[in-house]
Amino acid sequence: MTATTTPPASTATRPSTLRRLGHWAMNNGALVGLILLFIALFIATPAFLTVGNLVNIGIQASVVAILAFGMTFVIVTAGIDLSVGSVAALGAMTSAYSFAELGLPGLLTPLVGLLCGALAGAISGLSIAYGKLPSFIATLAMMSVARGLTLVISDGTPIATSETVSFMGGSIGAFPVPILAMVVAGLLCWFILSRTVLGRSMYAIGGNEEAARLSGLPVKRILVVVYALSGLFAGLAGMVLAGRLSSAGPQAGVTYELDAIAAVVIGGASLAGGTGKATGTLIGAILLATIRNGLNILNVSSFWQQVVIGLVIALAVGFDVLRSKSSR
Amino acid sequence: MPDENAALLTLEKVSKSFGPVRVIEDVTVHVRSGEVEVLLGENGAGKSTLIKMMSGIYQPDGGRILVDGRPVDLPDVKAAERLGIATIHQELNLVPQLSVAENITLGRTPKRLGMVDRRRMHAIAREALDTIGLDVDLDRPVGELGIARQQLVEIAKALSQDARLLILDEPTAALTGREIDALFRVVEDLKSQNVGMVFISHHLDEIPRIGDTVSVLRDGKFIAQVPADTAEDELVSLMVGRDIDEQFPRARADERGEVLLEVDGLTSAGRFEDVSFTVHAGEVLGIAGLVGAGRTEVLRAVFGADPYDSGSVTFQGRPLPAHDIGRSIGRGLGLVPEDRKTQGLVLDAGVAENVGLATLRSTSKYGLADRRGQRRRAEGVTKQLAVRMASLDQPIRNLSGGNQQKVVFARWVMAGSTVLLLDEPTRGVDVGAKVEIYELINDITAGGGAVVMVSSELPEVLGMSDRILVMSNGQAAGIVEADEATEDSVMSLAVSAVSSAVDTPPSAEAS
Repeated sequence: MTATTTPPASTATRPSTLRRLGHWAMNNGALVGLILLFIALFIATPAFLTVGNLVNIGIQASVVAILAFGMTFVIVTAGIDLSVGSVAALGAMTSAYSFAELGLPGLLTPLVGLLCGALAGAISGLSIAYGKLPSFIATLAMMSVARGLTLVISDGTPIATSETVSFMGGSIGAFPVPILAMVVAGLLCWFILSRTVLGRSMYAIGGNEEAARLSGLPVKRILVVVYALSGLFAGLAGMVLAGRLSSAGPQAGVTYELDAIAAVVIGGASLAGGTGKATGTLIGAILLATIRNGLNILNVSSFWQQVVIGLVIALAVGFDVLRSKSSR
Repeated sequence: MPDENAALLTLEKVSKSFGPVRVIEDVTVHVRSGEVEVLLGENGAGKSTLIKMMSGIYQPDGGRILVDGRPVDLPDVKAAERLGIATIHQELNLVPQLSVAENITLGRTPKRLGMVDRRRMHAIAREALDTIGLDVDLDRPVGELGIARQQLVEIAKALSQDARLLILDEPTAALTGREIDALFRVVEDLKSQNVGMVFISHHLDEIPRIGDTVSVLRDGKFIAQVPADTAEDELVSLMVGRDIDEQFPRARADERGEVLLEVDGLTSAGRFEDVSFTVHAGEVLGIAGLVGAGRTEVLRAVFGADPYDSGSVTFQGRPLPAHDIGRSIGRGLGLVPEDRKTQGLVLDAGVAENVGLATLRSTSKYGLADRRGQRRRAEGVTKQLAVRMASLDQPIRNLSGGNQQKVVFARWVMAGSTVLLLDEPTRGVDVGAKVEIYELINDITAGGGAVVMVSSELPEVLGMSDRILVMSNGQAAGIVEADEATEDSVMSLAVSAVSSAVDTPPSAEAS
């Protein structure tokens, strides 16, 4: 079918405003879900839609959102990174240790956490790209190694963080730094994915790795960078997480990788690779935080919250499958 | 009682739309017992949609489907299978990890006491393979077989399910001449057993060999039903709605230019051995040979997609480093791979994205993609190559095979490649688009570039090449001038090393 012979849309088939809205809603399911959730919670309890509570949701979403932005790179390339929760904890712990035990100047301590995260990610990436390990296995191993090292360094007890790290969990005036960190990480994720050669290559690799390779993309090097980026973002998340408590805990961030994966997937990315966007991931992370926050306000037990979140993940992905089927 | 005169299967004035696009309009097709109905049309003419309606994958929006003269509903594949309608799709429905026997009995694995009855499973599989004369180890994982034999297993599988109507969607595309002969013998045999068949092929010469009648489709509409012995020219003009003056429009300068590519003693253990050839500017070097002769492997090694053990590749007078795709592309090589869907294209990405894949890095600044420039250039080359698409953002998946292939070509045109390595460049491409691809090859040679073309279609190799390298069992059996070569002379070279080395199976085929 050529572009020129496509019959012009007759008045009968021209999409009405309503249908276009429906089409938009289909393609932005997570956002529509989030808006509906906001309306429902607003009706259910006036305590929900207050500035204080919205800021709360932002802060609660921040750590998972930052992890999820890093995870988005990985999932776009058709991989998975199970280590981000542990790597976040390890980054926080090395940072706190370098300050409390090694006497590193406080201003440098966040760098230690970021570098540690990026290094852990790069090691995963190397074993995936050059060692040919499946990403699931390589990062599962890293998850265990990073958690173990966190316990070794801390000897099982929390270590106080430097003031610089604590600042990352605090606020500038009334503005919370975790939200700022989330925004910066989100912008970085969006920029890399949509504007850089690196980001565009990630989509090509996730869509068809062999085609990308035969077109001259250095697939292996890119994969190492992808996992290093995921680790770097995990390091940043670790700083925010530790900053909020002013201490790095050995059990911090346990199962956060699953929330991060959930946020990316709810945001519309496919685990098969080739799709995924920073905006979708942000919406996914905020949706998760909003559900938790709303259910808290409504006094629903945290046990039930897990059930609800599980259902939301299944619903979001099921909706996505349905959508892509109908568009074929 | 079924009407004795009724066709086995009839599609009566069926229509099908996807969104606003009408892909099938008022098409009527009859398939009779013991006959082969050929569906002929360019890619995008609606053949695939039509057979998907026959096999229950799509349901018509209008019209009816009749089996034995009675209207039926085919809501899914199972319903069609219950009526004895089986389909051999281009994309094979095999599980590569499972054995041949397991694949043939998949979904109806014989059981005894709740466990797999291996003896009966083997018996069923053996019988199925015997019907088409295929001799393979029943316990071998299907994925280890070459693509040709995988397809035969798939055909055997369908035959073993007592199909009354067999839909063969380009079954010969990946088969060698001998395998095609074997398949056609089976088809003849099935005809005598009153099995009706629907046959799709882009090889017009196959139509009179096994067809009875031909239904021609164009742009989703029924054009004509003609006897299978209709002249090829007439079939082509029915199909494309115009005459194709020349099937192979080779246009070449009289003299060869300087040597662009020189391959010397290239060897990769177990794949190919001591292969040497030169390619001059303005020339097309064809590489012919049987499936598994190592043609694809040589091409990929030259390009740098795979490593090789010894030998050298020289490009424009300077050695080309081994196994370094980035460097090869940078120097001016381009590869159009054998299977565009798994090796050439990112199917869910748009046209522009796919066209720009090879130039994404070279056009970037400070790591930033040149989004506007890439898009503008993609628009230019897709226009130049007449890629038919709705927009630059249309997912590649939705383009016809010929247009998909043109997108792969467009990538290298945009990269300014001087030497193109083509692996089965017209496989699964319709007649009209084939000629357009040949014209592209002419453009490349006219512009001082060169082409190395691996192809299993002998008329194409003979028609488009200047010289032909014939490979046999991993070795260069000889280089012949295309003017002097005939199909027979090429074939006898192609089997020369096979007959002398029967003890060494072509291990490259499995890769």
